[in-house]
Amino acid sequence: MTALTIDGVTVSFDGTAAVDDVSLGLEPGEVLGILGPSGSGKSTLLRSIAGLERLDAGRIAWHGDDITAVPVHRRGFALMFQDGQLFPHRTVAQNIAYPLRIARTPSHARVAELLALVGLAGFGDRRVTELSGGEQQRVALARSLAAEPRLLLLDEPLSSLDRELRERLAGDLRRILDETGTTAVFVTHDQDEAFAVSDRVAVMIGGRVRQTGTPAEVWRRPASAEIARFLGYTTVLGGDAARLVRPRSDGAIALRAAALVVTHGGPVAATVVRSTPSVDGWRVRLAVPGIGELDGIAGAQHPVSAGEAVTVRFDDAGIAELS
Amino acid sequence: MQTRNKSLAGAGILLAVGLAVSSCASDAAPGATPDKLVLVTHDSFNLSEGTLEKFTDETGIEVEVQASGDAGQLVNSLVLTKDSPLGDVVFGIDNTFASRAVNEGVLADYASKDLTDAEEQYLLPAGSGREQLTPIDNGDVCVNVDHEWFAEAGIDEPATLDDLLKPEYKDLFVTPAANSSSPGLAFLLATIAAFGDGTADGDGWQGYWSKLVDNGVKIDAGWSDAYYVDFSGPSSDGDRPLVVSYASSPPAEVTEGATEAPTGALLDTCFRQTEYAGVIAGTENQAAAEKLVDFLFSTTVQNDIPENMYVFPVNVEATLPETWAQFAAIADDPFVVAPDEIDANRESWLSEWAAIATP
Amino acid sequence: MTSRVRVRPAPGTILAIVLGAGVPVAFVGVFFAWPVAAMVGRGLFVDGALDLTGFGEVLARPRTLRLIGLTIGQAALASVVCVVLGLPIAHVLYRLRFRGQRMLRALVVLPFVLPTVVVGVAFRTLLREGGLLGSLQLDGTFAAIMLALVFFNVAVVVRTVGTTWEGLDKRQEEAARVLGASPVRVWLTVTLPRLAPAITSAASIVFLFCSTAFGVVLVLGGTKFGTIETEIYLLTTQFLDLRGASVLSVTQLVVVVLVLLVAARARGRRTAQRRVDSARSGRVPRLGDLPAIVVTVAVAGFLALPIVALLLRSLRTADGWGLGNYLALGTTGSRNALVVPVWVALGNSLAIAVQATALALVVGLAASLVISRRPRSLGLRRSLAGFDAVLMLPLGVSAVTVGFGFLITLNTPPFDLRSSPVLVPIAQALVALPLVVRTILPVLTGIDGRMRESAAVLGSPPWRVLRDVDLAIVGRPVLAASGFAFAVALGEFGATSFLSRPDRPTLPVVIFRLIGLPGGDNFGMAIAASVVLAAVTVAVIALVERLRVGTMGAF
Repeated sequence: MTALTIDGVTVSFDGTAAVDDVSLGLEPGEVLGILGPSGSGKSTLLRSIAGLERLDAGRIAWHGDDITAVPVHRRGFALMFQDGQLFPHRTVAQNIAYPLRIARTPSHARVAELLALVGLAGFGDRRVTELSGGEQQRVALARSLAAEPRLLLLDEPLSSLDRELRERLAGDLRRILDETGTTAVFVTHDQDEAFAVSDRVAVMIGGRVRQTGTPAEVWRRPASAEIARFLGYTTVLGGDAARLVRPRSDGAIALRAAALVVTHGGPVAATVVRSTPSVDGWRVRLAVPGIGELDGIAGAQHPVSAGEAVTVRFDDAGIAELS
Repeated sequence: MQTRNKSLAGAGILLAVGLAVSSCASDAAPGATPDKLVLVTHDSFNLSEGTLEKFTDETGIEVEVQASGDAGQLVNSLVLTKDSPLGDVVFGIDNTFASRAVNEGVLADYASKDLTDAEEQYLLPAGSGREQLTPIDNGDVCVNVDHEWFAEAGIDEPATLDDLLKPEYKDLFVTPAANSSSPGLAFLLATIAAFGDGTADGDGWQGYWSKLVDNGVKIDAGWSDAYYVDFSGPSSDGDRPLVVSYASSPPAEVTEGATEAPTGALLDTCFRQTEYAGVIAGTENQAAAEKLVDFLFSTTVQNDIPENMYVFPVNVEATLPETWAQFAAIADDPFVVAPDEIDANRESWLSEWAAIATP
Repeated sequence: MTSRVRVRPAPGTILAIVLGAGVPVAFVGVFFAWPVAAMVGRGLFVDGALDLTGFGEVLARPRTLRLIGLTIGQAALASVVCVVLGLPIAHVLYRLRFRGQRMLRALVVLPFVLPTVVVGVAFRTLLREGGLLGSLQLDGTFAAIMLALVFFNVAVVVRTVGTTWEGLDKRQEEAARVLGASPVRVWLTVTLPRLAPAITSAASIVFLFCSTAFGVVLVLGGTKFGTIETEIYLLTTQFLDLRGASVLSVTQLVVVVLVLLVAARARGRRTAQRRVDSARSGRVPRLGDLPAIVVTVAVAGFLALPIVALLLRSLRTADGWGLGNYLALGTTGSRNALVVPVWVALGNSLAIAVQATALALVVGLAASLVISRRPRSLGLRRSLAGFDAVLMLPLGVSAVTVGFGFLITLNTPPFDLRSSPVLVPIAQALVALPLVVRTILPVLTGIDGRMRESAAVLGSPPWRVLRDVDLAIVGRPVLAASGFAFAVALGEFGATSFLSRPDRPTLPVVIFRLIGLPGGDNFGMAIAASVVLAAVTVAVIALVERLRVGTMGAF
């Protein structure tokens, strides 16, 4: 049966709805990612699930029981913030042990276990203020897991970390959630993160859920141009232009830069408008006759300059059909 | 049950109980012979250890002393608490405030039965306190003079109030202000008694003060700074050898073994300042309170007064300590102003004085 | 669609809030508001009817208007001077790091807690003709009062602004410097706006203290300068003109409330700025700091002068230089000046101050916890702000009014506390309470709400969140506040002199008594006792400084 049911939830502040009639379901053991730009209401939704925001309408149920009126500290959920919010006056071990003490089951072994799980074995006696950002987030995660929550809520947990750390931690997070079988809801504005960690993704824009599905589904078939743009598709084409790129399509398509690759002897001719170096080569702006200006990429071995005439091919990996 | 609530509630109950118990303890049991009398006085009250205990030995009643600020605050406290008296006996009402106390009805009718004709000079006029107040001590306020300074300078010392106006004493006199200091007020009253009413540019005390100001008198806020900062006496570094202080100040400056006093009092400039004791109206222990008033007038206390309160006893049978007998003098004919006159004119006198002396 | 659902707070929470707010309200209500209202009422209610003609009459007197103008003028000027001098000193003492810094911080606060009567005498000794600074001819002038007011209050600015400045993130200034702004420009356009709330807060506190200053004005202003406070004293004690005194008390209250509103506005703007760990901040002094250092040294010298004068005077005995006066502290003074030896009085002072501090801490902590909540409704938020202001009022009302007020209100059993020894620590606690709140409250309001939420989500019921987050974080500041409250209680004189029992005098009361008696040895003892009082205070504050690591607010 569905673990978490969010049914018609609306939360308003000063008359405007931050969360507007949202309904979602979550299976036990599933990780749901809520993806959206800032101001989309995703954090508010997460806080409502935790019980920190009052609902103006709708209900929230856990395994069928209505928990809308249950106070925060009794829901048995855990919430992890973007900046950890560790207790500065306690050590790492004391922070992690906090929920254990509340439940009256203090256990050194459990703390050590959790520290090992998040890759911080031996850090128990360190002062929280001495840790780096990534380390703090891991301690926060360990603390949340120590509470043995029925549901783990994560509010942009990796946003404050640098790229490399973020990628690594996202992988770790996925692994830990799988190993522990935790049901989780995870909020972010970064699609790489969402896709790396979640089983299912809900895209939220302007307080409403616009699309749900597995990451692959959402990725391949964004429900609207707005969603496509949020996901990083830079251009949306319709009608003839779309058919030029993908002859079989009968609706709109969305393209990212990776859709157009500059190559020798490609089927389509184009002119380079401008090019900027990037990590993997070049990012180019191409003028394609019959379509207009599109973004594209060129490999590092294929330097291009403005005004040059080149040929390009279309790569399916960068093309999505709007449903 | 939440821990914080428990401890808070507990503290609250403890506080209330504590307050109730402490207030209960201070209530004297009503009845013919109480175990305790409350003596309300000002914060200059002081007697040697064991003196008040002698009263307890004689009567079996303990005396609890409650201080209430200075003399002015004392009287005001009594007036404000007329409906629920602060205690049984009051000591420390002086002649400048006596009328206020009498007119407000804070005193019961009792003057010590041990008073004799010899103390007549200290008694208040009939109808203005004679029946309610017993004189206990007398601390005349006089101009003090630094003998050593004058000896060194080779100038004659002044003797009277008029002398203070002479040019040779320009910038040599300091006095505390009349509106913020009790000796200051006493000095003002002395001038009022001496010169009577007048105008600022004419005669009377107002004229006197104008001339005094022209002659460079310094007016300080309190006795402490006049005596310890501006006076040139042995205890301070000031440069003015004439200061308004008490007739009992010179003996205090005498060091052990000295044969002469470095300072003295000008006896023609003194204002009589007497302190009285009385029974507080509304007390439940009238008979016991009367005994305490008598005790204060007895030689037991009177002999103890000079060394502890720096004032002279009024009881003619009291004996003065040696230094006092040698170096202290009491004025024969000090200036006096009737207490009810003081009460009636206090405000106008002080504001007139302020206009002239502190423009 | 279901209607708005409310998560109801547990009944225990409501009880805790009521108690938490109730204790301070009761304390301030019974021991402050009631006596003051009673005294003012006595003056304004003639024969049972409200008689406001007094306002017209008293306020129209030229003397009254002059006094009001003088009060406000002198307080405003002193506030400005304190801010101008206090800022560079705050910079040196709280932004730089050097040896002896902690000691200097303690010394700067010292004048604040010295008894005014002693300071008055010390200043006059320096300023009178023939004194060390006699050639400046400042005796009895407005400038002398200014000097004394600055002497007492510059510490307020230094401490308030300093502790805020210390914890500010430097990166905004660094960003501006990188953009090309000169140090002066950076200071004017970046630093100053960020410090503005603290500066305004400090300035209004100083204004409050100065406008109700009593002893200083009386002693140094001589008779030419008075304030509303000295006038109230005069009217009450000399003339028992309760009507006039009440009118002036109400006027004083109005002025005070206005100032508090301004201060509250300034404080309200202080949102959670990024704080850094103050223990690690602080840089080595550079050449550019020279002007600030010069000012600090000059002002420190100025502050030290009267204290050194006192010290020197205390070492002068009848037989020349020596410790005779200190040794005499074990006696009751020559000719039985005192009831108990001075050391006993010191013991009394310490004991009473401990009680007063405990009381101020309990009430202050409860009040701060309540005021730091952020309720949703505007009405509740406004009441909390009002409550905050009410707690500050004891600083702005004449001690005479409160003292007499005690007499006429606390006189019915079981509340006949007039002769009870518990009244002295209560009066001292009333004065220390605002300072405690001003120290603890900023720390509480600076706690990130999400930390409380984290604890709640992890399973802590509301009372536990309070204990594990709020109370844990406020632990160090409470220690700091207690040290300061203790020092203030130790030196408190106005209310204590009214209420203290003659057999249990406190040290300031004893000093006052000794200074009021003729005889050089008593005077010497008084000065020696003052030095002891000052030394004990410095020790207490220095101790507190050691524990102060990481606090955020002062006033």
